[in-house]
Amino acid sequence: MESYALLLAATLNAGTVLAIAALGLLVNEKAGIVNLGAEGMMLCAALAGFATVVHTGSDALGFVAGAAAGALLAAVFGLLVIWLNTNQYATGLALSLFGAGFSAFAGTGYVQAKLPERAQFSIPVLGDLPLVGPALFRQHPMVYAAIALALGLVWFLYRSRAGLVLRSVGESPESAHALGYPVRRIRLLAVVAGGALCGLAGAYLAVIYTPLWVEGMVAGRGWIALALTTFATWRPARVLLGAYLFGGVTMLQFHLQGAGVEVASQFLTMLPYVATIVVLALISRNPAWIRVNMPASLGKPFHPGS
Amino acid sequence: MTDITKRSLLQAAALSALAATALVGCGRSEPPAPAPGQAPTAAAPAAPAPAPAPQKLKIAFAYVGPVGDGGWTFAHDNGRKAVEKEFGDKVETSFVENVPESADAERVIRDMAANGNKLIFGTTFGYMEPMLKVAGDHKDVRFEHATGYKTADNLRTYDSRTYEGAYMAGVIAGKMSKTGTLGVVGSIPIPEVVRNINSFTLGAQSVNPKIKTRVVWVGKWFDPPKETEAATSLINGGADVLMQNTDSSAVLQTAEKMGKRAFGWDSDMTAYGPKAHLGSAVINWAPYYTKAVREALDGSWKGGQQAWWGVKEGAIDMVSVAADVPEDTKKRIDEVRAGLKDGSFAIWKGPIRDNTGKEVLAKDQVADDKFLGGVNFYVAGVEGKVPGGEKK
Repeated sequence: MESYALLLAATLNAGTVLAIAALGLLVNEKAGIVNLGAEGMMLCAALAGFATVVHTGSDALGFVAGAAAGALLAAVFGLLVIWLNTNQYATGLALSLFGAGFSAFAGTGYVQAKLPERAQFSIPVLGDLPLVGPALFRQHPMVYAAIALALGLVWFLYRSRAGLVLRSVGESPESAHALGYPVRRIRLLAVVAGGALCGLAGAYLAVIYTPLWVEGMVAGRGWIALALTTFATWRPARVLLGAYLFGGVTMLQFHLQGAGVEVASQFLTMLPYVATIVVLALISRNPAWIRVNMPASLGKPFHPGS
Repeated sequence: MTDITKRSLLQAAALSALAATALVGCGRSEPPAPAPGQAPTAAAPAAPAPAPAPQKLKIAFAYVGPVGDGGWTFAHDNGRKAVEKEFGDKVETSFVENVPESADAERVIRDMAANGNKLIFGTTFGYMEPMLKVAGDHKDVRFEHATGYKTADNLRTYDSRTYEGAYMAGVIAGKMSKTGTLGVVGSIPIPEVVRNINSFTLGAQSVNPKIKTRVVWVGKWFDPPKETEAATSLINGGADVLMQNTDSSAVLQTAEKMGKRAFGWDSDMTAYGPKAHLGSAVINWAPYYTKAVREALDGSWKGGQQAWWGVKEGAIDMVSVAADVPEDTKKRIDEVRAGLKDGSFAIWKGPIRDNTGKEVLAKDQVADDKFLGGVNFYVAGVEGKVPGGEKK
């Protein structure tokens, strides 16, 4: 029983990085922009966050720096794809390659650096409960923030006017434009917000989850987050569950290995992507599903007045 | 859009700028440029042309990870620095980091040979075939391959007996574990890694016969977040002393965070987890690297050889043992070290059984290198099965 509580705790923690990044990507995909640069943004943000904590000793500042780094890179990407109408996929790939190279190059001075000790976080009273305490109430605040973020996004996208406008820009930019909404500016805002969240996820990874900086440390989590938005058919609550699922699969595999059950790790590494392809195949076969979930103008450039 | 417009030109410029920046800083070469302040200024009088310096031996190193990994590649780079220090201006060394174990490796190593390097070190198992190929095309270049098993007239292999360090770590772990369960984060189930897990367990059983070892495989040499997750899982499963055969300090840092104990691997990792750190099983490549360079310089270098160095040659040691490790355990480590040095002690000496109960070494039988090179079973005390791994 005890070990299952700990497994659940580890799963929630492992899913947090994926959840925050994927929710960010969800925001810009809802506005009709695919940003394949997630991995690069997360790497640069991981470095920015880590370096900031090394110099200031403040985790909060590290998160801010990570979010800012992600937002900045996303803004460059946004200007390229929204105003210069470059191909979204190629530009996103370039951003991922750039982010990987640049973070490696700029981070050489930080590879041996150490972060200060931190106390174990625990919610008073609740954290002391047997079983439930260690499983649910002794996590880093960011774990709860990810859940709040998903719920907040559900409200924003489906219950608020601004969310409706954002979705309309992703569904039919021409109509939104005809109604007088600044489509390109809204898309840029969505892209920057997505970048900031990817950045926050990257900073959490390097500051809290694995408190060190080494080049390439995001190790594919940006791509998993991208796969996750599709897998979850662009629904925030499903993204959150999917993140725990993908995070949990890894933890479960280690747990099973420790218990003597053999599962090929390569097979599990492949799972998120296979699941995504399956979902894509499913929704492309069923027109009703696509209409409900996939932003209709996803990945398509928009020229006002054309 | 077929005609060239201002927009498409802008696009091309922006994308190529991104790509160019991403490529900056991929390769580096030592010695560095002179420090600012020593740079010759335009006003300085032109010096007369110096006499041609004697030909320097150009040496190149291909690394699988970043020099800053604090582990495997870091240890190799310390070996390279030792060469610089030992031979000074007789040699000129350079290195390329993060060379993947793929077709890229061949390209990088071929470049090194084409650029006038006469001695090339490849520092990971996966460079075996690329090095063999390039060695065939560049007969005038000497190649040194770490941890491989294929040689040629101008290619030889070298390796370190990391399992000796694992055994010494095991002696400490067996003494310090309160739960009686040890955990190992394994990378890829090749004989080298399985041998380390077994040697760690044998060391622990030498002080506590009841010790059990649990293994979790991450399937990579280097993935710090995954190493963290694996270590967390082992600790959650009851292990209170961890070892790893991966290349980062993540396992030690996880133990530090969760109040358990762990070891440094390949390099001294004390700084990454001062409270958790029990000791570091380090590899010192300097003795071999200086020997290889000396032979290349004086013309006695020969291909086709296979070196496998350990405590005896000064290539492996257990350093920075924690203050709270009892004196008698420290003394035992000293005995093991001395015994390995003079050959009076063997780690792999029967009777040894695998974890299915089959006897793999009979009483007083000592394993030879061929046996050690093909270890694909767990010794008694290690839980689970070796994943249907590769065989050397």
